[in-house]
Parts: sequence; C-alpha cells; structure tokens
Amino acid sequence: MKRILIPLAAVPILLLLAYGFWTDPRAIPSPLVQKPAPEFRLTSIEAGAPFALADLKGKGIILNFWASWCYPACYEEAPLLEASWQKYKDRGVQILGIVIQDNEANAKEFMQRFNFSFPNALDPGSKVSIDYGVYGVPETFFIDTQGRIVYKHVGALTPALIDQQVQTILKGS
Amino acid sequence: MIATLGHFILFLALGVSLYAIMASIAGASPCRPEWLASSRNAVLVLFCLVTVAIFLLEYALITSDFSLRYVANNSTRASQVQFKIAGLWGSLEGSILLWTWLQSLFSALVVARGSASDRHDPFLPYATAVLQAIAAFFLLVMTFAVNPFAPLFPVPPDGRGLNPLLEVTDMLVHPLLLYLGYVGFSVPFAFAMAALITGRLSEEWLRLTRRWTIVAWLFLTGGIFYGGWWSYRTLGWGGYWAWDPVENASFMPWLIGTAFLHSVMIQERKRMLKVWNLMLVTLTFSLVIFGTFLTRSGILSSVHAFADGPVGILFLTFLGLVLFSILGLLAYRADRLKGHGELDSVVSRESAFLLNNVLLVGICFTVFLGTIFPLLSEAIRGAKISVGMPYFNRVIVPLGLALLILMGVGPLIAWGRASLHNLERNFLRPAVFALAVTVVLFALGIHSLEGLTALCCAAFVIGTVGWEFFVSTRTRMAMTGEGALPAFLTLLLRSRRRYGGLIVHLGVVVAVIGIAMSSVYKLETEATLKADEQLTIGPYTVQFKALRAAEQPTHILVWAALDVSKNGKPIGELRPGERFYPNQQTPFASVAARYGFREDLYTILSSFERDGSSATIKVMVNPLMAWIWLGGLVILLGVIVAVLPERRLALLAARRGAQASERSPA
Repeated sequence: MKRILIPLAAVPILLLLAYGFWTDPRAIPSPLVQKPAPEFRLTSIEAGAPFALADLKGKGIILNFWASWCYPACYEEAPLLEASWQKYKDRGVQILGIVIQDNEANAKEFMQRFNFSFPNALDPGSKVSIDYGVYGVPETFFIDTQGRIVYKHVGALTPALIDQQVQTILKGS
Repeated sequence: MIATLGHFILFLALGVSLYAIMASIAGASPCRPEWLASSRNAVLVLFCLVTVAIFLLEYALITSDFSLRYVANNSTRASQVQFKIAGLWGSLEGSILLWTWLQSLFSALVVARGSASDRHDPFLPYATAVLQAIAAFFLLVMTFAVNPFAPLFPVPPDGRGLNPLLEVTDMLVHPLLLYLGYVGFSVPFAFAMAALITGRLSEEWLRLTRRWTIVAWLFLTGGIFYGGWWSYRTLGWGGYWAWDPVENASFMPWLIGTAFLHSVMIQERKRMLKVWNLMLVTLTFSLVIFGTFLTRSGILSSVHAFADGPVGILFLTFLGLVLFSILGLLAYRADRLKGHGELDSVVSRESAFLLNNVLLVGICFTVFLGTIFPLLSEAIRGAKISVGMPYFNRVIVPLGLALLILMGVGPLIAWGRASLHNLERNFLRPAVFALAVTVVLFALGIHSLEGLTALCCAAFVIGTVGWEFFVSTRTRMAMTGEGALPAFLTLLLRSRRRYGGLIVHLGVVVAVIGIAMSSVYKLETEATLKADEQLTIGPYTVQFKALRAAEQPTHILVWAALDVSKNGKPIGELRPGERFYPNQQTPFASVAARYGFREDLYTILSSFERDGSSATIKVMVNPLMAWIWLGGLVILLGVIVAVLPERRLALLAARRGAQASERSPA
C-alpha cells in the first residue's frame, strides 16, 4: 500500500516550480535600499551648475537614470517625469536626471524634446551609475529627506507609483 | 496561405500522433501485427507531416513572408540567408517545431530499425507509444498555445530580426547540438518506460539503447562545449561558463546521463542496480523537460530565456505527468526490480563505478539546488537570494577532483575483488608518475594548491590510461609479432567500447587541465588609457593608439586600435570594440583576441569617451584555454571510436594495413 505514496515524491518540486509563476525574476532587489544614498558631484547640462546630493538635504529626491538611446522605455516615462516635476517641485521634491553613456548633444536634444526643466547631468566614466548599481536604463531611486534610498524601480515609471513613492519619501520630514 | 496550411498540418500531425499511440498500444499485447504495422506507418506519416511544416516555416523565413508573426519577429530582409534559416530556432514557437521534428525523426528511425530486424521486439510498441506521446505533447503546445504559423496583420514592411548576439555562425551549431542531445535521450527513456510497462526488466532494453544513449550524450557534450566556446569568443566577459540557470539545465541531464553510461556497465556485467539505472535514465529525460520548462517559463531570469507565456504551465503539467508516470511505474514494478548479486568487496570496479555515480548525482543535486535556490528562498523566506559562481565552484571543484581520480581508477581496477597485486600492477607506476609530474610542476613555479591538486589528479589519469595502452600493446606485440602501431590499432578495434571510453577520459583530462590552469593562472587588468598610453600584463604590452568608428551593414562599430607587443617585440594589432545596433538598447561587445595553444591574449573595450580621447580597456591573459576546446575534440574522437559500426572500422584498418605493407618495401 505504501507504494502508492512513491509518486507523491514529485509533488513538492512541482509545487515549488509552480510557485515560480507568481514571482517576477526581473525584480532585482537592490542592497542599497534603506541605506544612505551614495554621494556624487556632477555638473548639470543646462546651467553648468554644480549638481550634488549633499546640497539637497531635507528634500525628497527622485533620481532617474536615463539615456537618449534608451528607446522606448525612457521616451515613455520622460513626459511623466516632467509632469511630476511640475506637480511636486513646490512640495519639497527634487527630480534629478543622470544621463548614462550618452553625449551632450543627444542628451540636450532629448531634454528639449520633452521640455525638461529639472536638472540633468552627464555621468563621465559612469562613476555614479556604478555607485548606484544601475543595471539598465531607465532606473529610478527614491531618496527620502534623510538621504536614504527608500525604493528602487527598474523600467519605466507609472503615475501611481510616483505618487505613492513621493508620499513615502516625504513622510520622514 | 502558409499560415492556414501550416496550422492545419500541425493539427493533422497531432491527430496522427494520437492515432499512433493508440495503434501501437492496441497491437502490443497480445501482438497484433496489422495494428503494429499501422502504427509504424503513422509514425512515418507523422515524420513527413512535420517535415512539411518545417519546410513551410523555413520557406516563409527565407522569402521574408512577414504575414507570419514568427517570421516578422525573427528575421529581417537584410539578414543573410543562413541567419534567416537559423530563425527557426531563434525563439519559442520555432524551437518547439524543431524539437517536434527531431522527435518525429528519431521515432521514425526507431521504428525503421525495429522493423528491419526480423525478431519481434516486445519493447518497440510501447517505446513507440511513449515517443509519440512526447511528440503529441509538443504538437499540442503548438496547435493550442504557441502557433509558429500565427498570422500577422497588417503585414509589416520589415521584420524585427534575431537578437544581434545570435546572428553568428555559432547559432547554426550550438542549439542544434543541444536539441539533438535532448531529444536523443528521449529514446532510452522510451525504452526504459517500455521495459517497466512490459515488466521485462532484464538487460535487454539497455543493449537496445546503448548506441542511442552514447550518441545523445555526445551531442549534449558537444553542445555544452560549443556553447562555452561561443560564449568565450563573443560575449566579452572572458569566461565560458557562468552557472546560468539555462547552462545548468543542460549540465544536469549531462551529469545524470554520464552516470547512466557508467552504471549500465555494472548491470550488464553483474545484474545489479536495475532500479538505479531505470531511475537514472528517466531522471535524465525529466531533467531535459525541466530544462525546457526553465527556458520557456520565464520563472528564472537568464540570458538564454525565451519570452514567457502560457507554455510555462503546459510544460510544468507535462513535467508532472512524466514524473508521476515514472514513479508510478517504478512503484508498480517494485517486486520485480530486486537486483541480483551484491558487492563482493569495497575495493573493486563495481564500487569505483558506484562511487562515480554517487559523485555525479551529488554534483547534479548541487547544481539543481543552486539553480532553484532563488525560487526556494523566495518561497520560504520571501527574500530573493541568488547563489553565484562562488557556491558552485566551492562545492563542485572538490567533487570534480574526486571524480577525476576515479576516472583513473575505475577502468583498470579488477571486477569483483581487487587483489593487492592487481592494484600494484595497475596503479603504482601511474601514481609515481603523477607525483613526479607534480614535483616537476612545483619546481617550474606552479605553487597554487588547487592548481597542483588538479594537475596531479590529471597526471594520474593520463598515467593510468597511458600505462594501460602501453601494456596491452606490448602484450599484443609479443603475442603476434606485429609492429607497435598495427598492434595498437587492432587493440582499439577489438575492444572499441573500452578504448573509446579511455580516450573520452583523456579528453576530459585535457579539458580539466585547461579549466584548472586558465582559472588559477588567469591574469586580468583594466585601465583607462589616453592615446599612446600603454599597459603591461604578463609578457605583453598593450598600447592604445586611437579610437575609430565605422558603419557596418547592420550596426555601428566603435573600436580601439591597440598595438600589442610581447617581450618588447611587436606582434600586431588588436581591435576590441563595441557594436551599436539601432533597435537595441545596449551595445554589444566585440572581442579581440590572439588565441594560442599556450595562452590567449583577450581584450575588451569596456567604455570610451565620446570625443575619442580615452578608452577603458580590459585585458586578460588566459593560459591553456585552448586545451578545453581540444579536450572536447578528443572526447568526440573517443565516442566515435566507441560507436562506429564494426565493419566500417575493420575496412579502415585493412586499408591502413595495405598501405603500410605497400610502403614498407620502399
């Protein structure tokens, strides 16, 4: 009678594999979440002004990594970024764009196309991207008022996600 | 037109395969020859139908008929014709069609061979039914879930094309080898199932499938080696194996298949391990399906993964069916599966083989655990943890070394009970040889413990195999008065299976030497250089001259011109670069290397300034890398020796003998 139980040996492994359908293999957790955001000091493309995390203490920061060659995801989320900037800039939120592996002319063209009015900077030698462990573009880091990374998003942003994360990063103040 | 016709043919093929299953079961017991003949015909018709389907899809690919979604997704007008053809296995739908075609081809070969022999083969009907059931599953997947002939409207002016990484000649080889290996293992699986169903559990089914198993193993081995070679030359990270889930998915059936190839010898000789062999061969096939599931379900992320979709569930269901029927049949036949005989002594060939099996299965389990660990940890603790190279290397290297030593011991130690005299005669000299080699290598400056251990084990295997060849050749020369070469060749032909196996072992050893040396003594450096600056690595000096760019037919290539010199002498220019494709987000590496027997100089352009002022270059010196690929070729040679039909080899030998006698008077 016990023999009938032998085939049941296959059940746990099948269950485990079936569980895989409910997970997202592309969600790569960042070890930086809940840690202080790495510092950087760059020069913004438009104004040539200094562009540093240290100068923005007390603000909630949305740090977006993009590139003009990143089609279509960056092109999809660009209007949303600008809209969010208009919506939140007076509420203690700073949006920063860091341009990955791109040249200034293409980046400027991209910024004009989407009327970017928040500061953006090139990342020479990809130093900042490496510090943040950027895996691909676009990626976005939400940094709270204490300078801690609260959330990392891979891929294009959505309005609901931005609204929700802005709530979180401003909660600390 | 093609869309409708193709889909219709797949439906028809599904019907035929279902009929073949029924007909072969109906004719099996009691034997009804007319049903069996009918099922045989159905198998052949199925093969013709799937062949027509393949031709239709290839025709659409070659003529760029973008009214098929699959064609639009996997080829462009500009592609060269061989890559249009390769589009067939470029993504999910086509690869399943190819699989089905191979499955139907192998079934047709099995029934053709079975009906050529006069003797009634009791396994054949059930084996046919199992093979047809597998084909029916794949046809079901295509007709209902991922139709390769799905139409596309409006018809786009041009297709998207393959991923640029796949538009290389290797794409024509590596996937085909793997598929041949995977599908090949379905034949021994089908015969094992037939043995369980019929209850004829003697050694008969092993004999019937021995050649299939070896050939499937060869294709799988070839596919794995070729994949490593491809990855090394083109992916641009300087390695050949990354323990990626899909690589593991091909490695696991290989490990269990290897264990099976060895343990059948014990069953043939000693009639032990019946259940074990059935488990190994069915496990091999289950792992093939598991690997297919991993690649196509999208539950683990991997460079090899196809898009996800409803097929994941279908494959999981199929895997479940396969596992339940295997375990169910094993349980049903448990009474008849008692082995005969037992181990006479711990020091014997049987126990060496057993240990070999334990190690191979252990390695497989380790790989399995590492592969599904992210899933396991997420299911249990909610945290996604990947285990990478360090885990695999730490666990598998010691097991692999133990296996290496057994490779020297197993083929020479006596069956039953090895006497002290037997041990001394076979192993004293090789052991001394291995120690001597180790001392010499140490004196030559190889001081790494891992490196020395691996090389010492390798030398031991070479010693045992060499000694075995030497002693047997000498004995034969003394007996027959032949010259050394004829005596050696005759030996090879007389026991091809044994000596073919030993040659395969030598190939593995050569590859292991390459793996050990290239991983322990690899040099690697990375520097950002301005024009005319240089870096030194080992004996090489690499000078960055300038950054250049050129427009290629499908992409823009940016490359760094590097002047390379060795020990101060200029030896030429290398041009590592990056390829930018218009419809790809990230650039692709273009590796530049000088490959050599002793070492490879391997350069990669990591990044560069847009104005061309500087470039970051990664340079590696990989010693003895070529030995890995050479080892693969030796394995191929060994398998050919082991499986070539008797008559062909005798003919070759006769011709060689004739040539030798012609030459000797002159």
